[in-house]
Amino acid sequence: MEILHEKKLKYLEDVASRLRQDVIEMVSRAGSGHVAGPLGLAEIAAVFYFHILNHRPKNPKWPDRDRFVVSNGHTCPVFYAALARSGYFPIEELKTLRRINSRLQGHPHRTVLPGIETTSGPLGSGISQSIGMALAGKLDGNPSTHSTGSGHGKYRVYCVTSDGEHQEGNTWEAIMFAGKNKLNNLTVIVDRNNIQIDGFTENIMPLEPLRAKYESFNWHVLEIDGHNMEQIVDAVAEARAIYEKPTVIIAHTIPGKGVDFMEHDYLWHSKPFKSGEAEKAIKELRTLRGKIESEHQ
Amino acid sequence: MLNPDAKLNFFVFSDDGPQAPTRNGYGEGLIISGEKDRNVVVLSADLTESTRSEAFAQKFPERFFECGVAEQNMAATAAGLGVSGKIPFISSYATFSPGRNWEQIRTTIAYNDSNVKIAGHHTGISTGPDGATHQATEDIAIMRAMPNMRVIVPCDAVEAKKATVASAKIWGPVYLRFQRDKTPVFTTEQTPFAPGKAETFWESKRPKVLIIGCGPILRTALVAAKELEKEKIESIVLNVHTVKPLDEEKIVSLAKKCGSVVTVEEHQVNGGLGGAVAEVLSRRAPVPMEFIGLQNVFGESGLPSQLLEKYGMSMPHIKTAVKKVLKRKR
Repeated sequence: MEILHEKKLKYLEDVASRLRQDVIEMVSRAGSGHVAGPLGLAEIAAVFYFHILNHRPKNPKWPDRDRFVVSNGHTCPVFYAALARSGYFPIEELKTLRRINSRLQGHPHRTVLPGIETTSGPLGSGISQSIGMALAGKLDGNPSTHSTGSGHGKYRVYCVTSDGEHQEGNTWEAIMFAGKNKLNNLTVIVDRNNIQIDGFTENIMPLEPLRAKYESFNWHVLEIDGHNMEQIVDAVAEARAIYEKPTVIIAHTIPGKGVDFMEHDYLWHSKPFKSGEAEKAIKELRTLRGKIESEHQ
Repeated sequence: MLNPDAKLNFFVFSDDGPQAPTRNGYGEGLIISGEKDRNVVVLSADLTESTRSEAFAQKFPERFFECGVAEQNMAATAAGLGVSGKIPFISSYATFSPGRNWEQIRTTIAYNDSNVKIAGHHTGISTGPDGATHQATEDIAIMRAMPNMRVIVPCDAVEAKKATVASAKIWGPVYLRFQRDKTPVFTTEQTPFAPGKAETFWESKRPKVLIIGCGPILRTALVAAKELEKEKIESIVLNVHTVKPLDEEKIVSLAKKCGSVVTVEEHQVNGGLGGAVAEVLSRRAPVPMEFIGLQNVFGESGLPSQLLEKYGMSMPHIKTAVKKVLKRKR
């Protein structure tokens, strides 16, 4: 991973803003889908696909590629946008989200779309699937168990998961397993945006103290501002340096980030746009992009 | 008479012949597959000895993963391994896997097309004294309903070994169904076995009924066929070890030849082998059918033989079903 210099940071901020606009356009065109979560994940999507991941968009099955798993599949619009804009498939195809005959399913499906590492949507199984990929990497990196055709397991596995997903039993089964097996090639990013369909997570089913929970399951825990790309990059670098544990990065994010009337409002988890709302949101994002531009000039 | 091409065990009708649980064949198959291919890995959910995964775990410790009592994580972890070039087998009791983790299997293995083999153990009522909680009698139905899933139900330990080895070579999800109790080993290494291909084990000259079975109860069907022949009732007994994809052509042609069908399985009559056969025949060769299996009830504790008797899956029950279907034919 190269150093995040000022010029690259500016570029990534612009990418994140572009992804937000894509999300609004895609979901509004589709007439359904999730908005708040994807908007809150724009920096994470931008910094992973355009800076952190060791990947080759033109060769999506390259055995040594880092694996990026989206456990909370409903946030796929922002990752579809990141995949398209990093070169996995034509940007034009983003318009087909949730349409018949599209490769952009309502929740991501591995076998149809390049760059999707695993099918997801039903919550709670993404960390488990990432564990499987991490174990395969360990086996391939071990001379006594690696097999011909493997890339010798030089990759890392990153998994984005939602906070609400931590109400699923499967999530804790996975956290237990990864802690026991000291999977240091696995990094989990928790999108701590505090909302879920029925309300705020701490009202629906409290998750705090989340840090202490992970620590007690033998994970290395980092907490960051999920909109600060330098913090994201630093946390990932630290996770790579931890040899005896898997790492979780609890990324505090603002749902609906970038659009004033959506921020922090759980009702935007999955509600469709009414007439004029998408245009208003895009206008706000354009203004924000203008601000970013001027700040860097 | 026995089909000579099936090359069944000389002791097939003897009560003193060799016996072994089908799960033993799974354990042997894992070792063979593990030796052949470094990508074969095994996961267990705290039932390593009971599911006969222990020998593999000892021989290939680096390729064995103990998941603890956590079947959902086991299935989804296997899904991750299966899309990363590995050939994972997940071992547990079928009431838990695919019972408890059915959604993970559906989404992350079947829909995701991950190369995972699901071994469901302790299936059927003959699981015995543990009672209905541990007797999987709906597993064929729930797995068969899932797109991109194959379902194989071996009839004895030898066939179980072959099915395990074969499933490692097939790309994609496979469900393998095993039983706990010792049952007759009545096939041999020479008995033909290919996934998806039904085999005739018994064929009389002028068959009037086709008995279709899977799993160890198939041997009971063979005994019934032999007894029925003494009463001049001629039949064919077909081993449909692969419930999905079903060998439609063979089933349709033999059903037409015989004109009536009895299905035999240690599973609910709803949605299992009988249901699969009925779906095909109602479309392509409607003939009278009777169904041997659990009649929409749960089992209970008891000895396997007592349970099979009480719940209508013993040899005399098969004979009665044959006579009943023949009456409906006329």
